[in-house]
Amino acid sequence: MELHLLLIFMLLAAIVALEAKDLLSSVIAVGAAGFALCLAFLILKAPDLAITQLVVEILCLIILIRATIRKDLPLAIEGRWVFNTISTLVFIAVFLFFAWTALKELPDFGDPIMGVAKKYLEEGVTKTGAVNLVTAVILDFRAYDTLGEATVLFTSVIGIMAILRRPGRKNKGGRDGG
Amino acid sequence: MVVSNSKTGMSLIVKTITRLTVGLILLFGIYIILHGHLSPGGGFAGGVIIALSFVHLMLAFGKDVAVAKISQNVASNLESLGALMFLSIALLGFLGGSFFLNVLNKGMPFRLFSAGTIPLSNIAIGLKVGVGLVAIFLVLVILEGAENKK
Repeated sequence: MELHLLLIFMLLAAIVALEAKDLLSSVIAVGAAGFALCLAFLILKAPDLAITQLVVEILCLIILIRATIRKDLPLAIEGRWVFNTISTLVFIAVFLFFAWTALKELPDFGDPIMGVAKKYLEEGVTKTGAVNLVTAVILDFRAYDTLGEATVLFTSVIGIMAILRRPGRKNKGGRDGG
Repeated sequence: MVVSNSKTGMSLIVKTITRLTVGLILLFGIYIILHGHLSPGGGFAGGVIIALSFVHLMLAFGKDVAVAKISQNVASNLESLGALMFLSIALLGFLGGSFFLNVLNKGMPFRLFSAGTIPLSNIAIGLKVGVGLVAIFLVLVILEGAENKK
């Protein structure tokens, strides 16, 4: 019940984020959706994900508000709206069709197929020694995935530092006159 | 942190509260990282909390104080150190025969020093994520300051 209320709240926040006129309101509505997602993780008994979602949401919100608070960019809603509306409806229909086809095959909510997960739950503590099974999975059984994730973060930090480095900005500013 | 009377940053109330809380936030991040194999959390969440403590400092006191604490070069070096540490923990598994094998002593469950290489991996990932996000925020703040000067 609480989960459905939270999902409805997240849908409303997403619609507000799309329809709000100024950028700051959109960012705050996105933040509301993110915090509702954090509560949903808590209700679904996933505290690890809830902590991560909460702190990442706060950091993203700070960065987005710092980025948008001075420059109140107007949203560009113009152009071929008939074509845009028709293509949006077609893509929504295609998405709903494939989603319905895929979701028919999924097991019921709260009744997962316990294949590998059963083995992890039974042998996780004795094999890894870690009591928190989430950490045991992401740093021992599935450590390759964590290595890939760390590589993604490393690459993104390198990319941001390369794009925003000082000499490049100065040269560009000198040519364009700021 | 004796620069509370300087002009940069936010008001005196925010600075006083920041001075009281920022150390606790940093300590909580370290706690989350070190207890990642015992309680919810782990390297990623704790690293982001550490990054948030520096962001807190930067928002309250202005960017000069935070840059004096950790500069951009130090941040990128520490991030690379975290990545190398995680990779070397992965290579340590070759002592037992395969990549990412948990070769250290498992110890007793529910103790702080248990679970072999998992706490070390948590520390490496926490260092990498925290310092990486601090570096991103530093670069963005320095960019904004450079744009405002023009």
